[in-house]
Amino acid sequence: MGKYRVVHYINQFFAQIGGEEKADYRPEAREGFVGPGMAFNAAFGDKAEIVGTVICGDSYFNENLEAATKEVLDLIKSFEPDIVIAGPAFNAGRYGMACGTVASTVEKELGIPAITGMYVENPGVDSFKKDIYIISTKSSAAGMRDAVKTMAALAMKLAAGEEIGASAEEGYIPNGIRVNFFEEKRGSERAVDMLLAKMAGKPYTTEFPMPDFDRVEPRPAVKDITKATIALVTSGGIVPKGNPDHIESSSASKYGKYDIEGVFDLTESTYETAHGGYDPVAANQDADRVLPVDILREYEKAGKIGKLHRYFYSTTGNGTAVASAKAYAAAIGKELVADGVDAVILTST
Amino acid sequence: MVKEIERAGLPVVHMCTVVPISLTVGANRIVPTVAIPHPLGNPALSIEEEKELRRKLIDKALKALTTEVEEQTVFEQ
Repeated sequence: MGKYRVVHYINQFFAQIGGEEKADYRPEAREGFVGPGMAFNAAFGDKAEIVGTVICGDSYFNENLEAATKEVLDLIKSFEPDIVIAGPAFNAGRYGMACGTVASTVEKELGIPAITGMYVENPGVDSFKKDIYIISTKSSAAGMRDAVKTMAALAMKLAAGEEIGASAEEGYIPNGIRVNFFEEKRGSERAVDMLLAKMAGKPYTTEFPMPDFDRVEPRPAVKDITKATIALVTSGGIVPKGNPDHIESSSASKYGKYDIEGVFDLTESTYETAHGGYDPVAANQDADRVLPVDILREYEKAGKIGKLHRYFYSTTGNGTAVASAKAYAAAIGKELVADGVDAVILTST
Repeated sequence: MVKEIERAGLPVVHMCTVVPISLTVGANRIVPTVAIPHPLGNPALSIEEEKELRRKLIDKALKALTTEVEEQTVFEQ
C-alpha cells in the first residue's frame, strides 16, 4: 500500500513569505512540504507524505471569506489528498479562523477528513470545535514539536479510518460528542469517589462539565443619541505617538487611557498604533482609520451626538489572554459608567 | 472586551472586520467594517472620500446603539 497523500494548509508567516505586510497574500499552491510541513513529514515516517502545501495570507482569507475558501479548496482538491492538515494556528486569531474554515469545508464539501490545531483561547476553537478535530496546542509556535506529534498521530488514524478515542486520549479539544462505553465502577461508586476527592481538596474530573454559556444580555438602546455621551474603546492599539505607556505589541499586560480633550483629528505626527498583529502602515498614517475621533468630533459639533467622552481606552488585542482582556474591560466599563457615559463604540482590527 | 463593558451596564457596538470572531465572542451589536488594518478607512481613497466612508460607518454604529436588540445582531444596512 502506498503512502497517504496529505495536503497542508498554512499562512504567509509559516510559509516564510512575510509577516503582517504580506497578510493580504493570495492563495497559492506549492508541490511538497513548506515550513512546518517538514516536521509533519518526519512524524508520518513511511505512512504518509505531504504532497502539496496551500498557502494564504491571514487578512486575505478573513476579509474575502467566501472567495478565499473556494480558491483554497480548489487548490487542495487538485492534489487529491487522503487527509488535510491545517496549521497549527496556536493563538493567532485570524489564522485560527482560516484553519477552522478550511478544515471544516474540506470535510463538508470534499468528504475528506481534515484536522487542525489551536490554543484553547483561539476564537477558531469556539467557532469550529463541533465540526472538526482541533488538537489542543500551546499558545505560541514554541509548542510546534508537541503539536506536530499529536496532530500527525490523529491524522494517521483518520486517514486509516480507525476509531477515534476520547478527547483526553487523542489530544483534541472536546467537541461535545458523547460515546457509550462500559465503566469498570458503577455510577454511585464513582460519584462518592469524586465527592471524597473534592472534600479532600484533591484533583478530580467531572463526568459532565456544565456548558459555558457566557453571554451578556444586550443593554437597552440609547433613547436620544443627540444627548448621549459616547466613549471610544479599541483593541487596535491606538496610542499617542511614542506609546507613552509602553503597551506591548502583542499579549498586552495593560491598557491605556488617553485624554482627547481638544483633539479633533488623529494625525501621523500625534498618534500611532502599538499593535503588532496587523500591518500598521494605514493606522500610523491616520489613526482615525481605527479610532474615528475626527468624525465623532464633527458629529458632536453638528449636534448629532451629545458628546464624545473625554478619554479613550486602548489595548492590543492580539495574543492577549482572554482573562486579561476581561479584566481590562471590566475596569474600563466600571469607569465609563461612573463617568456618566451612555454608550460605547469599540473598534477591532 | 465588548461583553465585559456591556456587562458593566453600557450598550456597546462592536465595529470589526472579522464578524465571525465577534459573533463567537458574544458581541450583541455588530457593524462590519472595511479591512483588518484599517477598519474605518481606506488608504486607496481620497481624504474626503475616506471621511465619507467613515461617516457612513459611524451612522451605522449610531443606528445600532439606538436600536433595541434581543439577540446578536449584525447591522449590514
